[in-house]
Amino acid sequence: MALPKYTETHYRIWHYIYLGICGFVFFFLIAPLFVIFPLSFNAEEFLSFSEGMKRLDPDAFSLRWYNDMIYGTKNPWGLAAKNSFFIAIFATLGSVLLGTVAALGLSSRHMPYKGIIMATLISPMIVPLIISGVAIFFFMAKVGLAATHTGIILAHIVLGTPFVVITVTATLSGFDHSVTRAAASLGSDPVNTFMKITLPLILPGVISGGLFAFVTSFDEVVVVLFLAGLDNTTIPIQMWTGLREQLSPTILAVATCLIILSTLILVTAELLRRRSERLRGISR
Amino acid sequence: MSSETQKILTTDGIPLEESLKKAEKKNKIKAFLLVAPLLLFILITYVFPIGDMLFRSVDDRMVTNMLPKTFKAMEKWDGKEMPPEKVFEAFYLDYKILVEEKRHGKLSTQLNYEKNGFKSILKKLARKQKKFEEGNYKEQIMAVHKRWANVEYWRAIKRRAPEYTYSKYLKGIDMFKNEDGKIVQVPEDRRIHKILWMRTLEVALFVTIFCFLMGYPIAHLLATLPMKYSNLLMICVLLPFWTSLLVRTASWMILLQQQGVVNDFFVLIGLVTDDNRPEMMYNKTGTYVAMTQILLPFMVLPLYSVMKTISPSLMRAGKSLGGTPFVAFWKVYFPLTIPGIGAGCLLVFILAIGYYITPALVGGASGTLISNQIAFHMKSTLDWSFASAMGLMLLTGVLVVYWIYNKLVGIDNIKLG
Repeated sequence: MALPKYTETHYRIWHYIYLGICGFVFFFLIAPLFVIFPLSFNAEEFLSFSEGMKRLDPDAFSLRWYNDMIYGTKNPWGLAAKNSFFIAIFATLGSVLLGTVAALGLSSRHMPYKGIIMATLISPMIVPLIISGVAIFFFMAKVGLAATHTGIILAHIVLGTPFVVITVTATLSGFDHSVTRAAASLGSDPVNTFMKITLPLILPGVISGGLFAFVTSFDEVVVVLFLAGLDNTTIPIQMWTGLREQLSPTILAVATCLIILSTLILVTAELLRRRSERLRGISR
Repeated sequence: MSSETQKILTTDGIPLEESLKKAEKKNKIKAFLLVAPLLLFILITYVFPIGDMLFRSVDDRMVTNMLPKTFKAMEKWDGKEMPPEKVFEAFYLDYKILVEEKRHGKLSTQLNYEKNGFKSILKKLARKQKKFEEGNYKEQIMAVHKRWANVEYWRAIKRRAPEYTYSKYLKGIDMFKNEDGKIVQVPEDRRIHKILWMRTLEVALFVTIFCFLMGYPIAHLLATLPMKYSNLLMICVLLPFWTSLLVRTASWMILLQQQGVVNDFFVLIGLVTDDNRPEMMYNKTGTYVAMTQILLPFMVLPLYSVMKTISPSLMRAGKSLGGTPFVAFWKVYFPLTIPGIGAGCLLVFILAIGYYITPALVGGASGTLISNQIAFHMKSTLDWSFASAMGLMLLTGVLVVYWIYNKLVGIDNIKLG
């Protein structure tokens, strides 16, 4: 954003101050994530940079915490990772299924009581997690699903569907309904029309909603804290316990892996967003 | 030709109007059926349980059912002087059953919420009552412990007689119903909840302000830069957004600790001396810094999506009409971004007011918020009805903000990424 040549000096100065502020904010946003990388290769047991690391001494770096994460005795990460993926995958499938179907109904112009129903469906996203946690815990305890995978998956479907509903309704808002009418006039039944016409067109929205649901479940700790027993421990639960009790650099190794995972998800989400905008003809 | 005879008919001979209405109704049902599974699911697993919380928070039948004879005998007692012998006898009989069924522990927990000191005297009574002789229970009970001769303890029991109570809500705002049935504040040194509410509000408010002050410039930069630069910078906003909350909190714990990078930097530039490193974690500073960074993307994204739609020619027009850049910004650009500001601020505020994980990890004792108190009562004291009451009070606050949000921005206008 170059300034025109005729800009007066004090505006020029102000402009550079503005850029400086922006630079600081971007640094503030992104830098904390990068402190994790080098420290996860720390050869020592501390969570701060050792003298050796500051001198870039190769001996000060090691892979021992990654080793500990994977092969460590009595380490909880294997089970936690398995549980986390299991729960997140099924919660995502459930959220996408329920959310997409509901979004189809919600974006129909015939939908009665749209406002109140939409507000109800979105509410798990707005209500503080601690309250959702308490409420869902009472429910699951009553129906005997506390401390089971099923209970946690159901809870995460509740928390994940708002994201799917929002992204899919947004995709459907630019949807040209004449194509489904064209399909119907050519003799296609509604299910066939949905699978062959509608779904491919809204797929980017569905997948990006699914990504949100996946991340929500994979990262969720408050509700799981209430619901989980010893067998249902997840990665966030282990990190939470680790951060509260013994801060070991193994956590940083796990955190590094999670940052890599989130980078992959970010790239996928961005590619999908662009594809969706292209499909809907909103090119920027 | 009168209009009645000229009704347009469809091929089946049904009036068109009726046929259309029928089709419309069919479409309505179709649309509703699509939404029904999710709506039902959310209602059963989410909305009703929140309703159940409301019930739990006022439900006090447990105590009522544990001491049925006592409360019946107490009906005629005015609560001014020591209760008559009949009350003591009824209490003895009720409590004897509870001890036999080993349920007296629950009663002592419940009564202890009402007034401290019940636990020990009930325990003592459970031991001594086995040797009680028939008749004159008043003296026998009063002889167990001097607190049993204190009328206030009997008043405390009487207060638990109703089946439903709003005392948990009063406790949530540091008030209680005193002996005369008046609602008064608890002593000054025990008003912990008021401090927590105020602190929660303060933290949410300041985090929102910080997020706005930091988010507005970068959203503006992202919206005005050419695409190829802004896409790159957008990653700085989106990567934290997609990264696990615990990972981000962990990185702040590393940065802010006394031997952490931030303190190292302060020492390096000579702001503080090495042996005098400030404590930046386990207090409010830590909560502010970490929460601002974590919630900042939620401010930037709505602002960005609004700013993106503002044509740059408007600013040029403002300037060409004689406004300085500042005037043009203030009079033209800023008012157009108000919807984005509203959306971002309300979103951040709503999220901040119910925050739990980050304050619990970096907040320490002086940085914990109301959510932490709710979790504490859920997990440690097991006073679930109090946790429910506080949760619902928080929820009411959030719903008010949510309602304003819905009026101002519209819930369908939430944009993600």
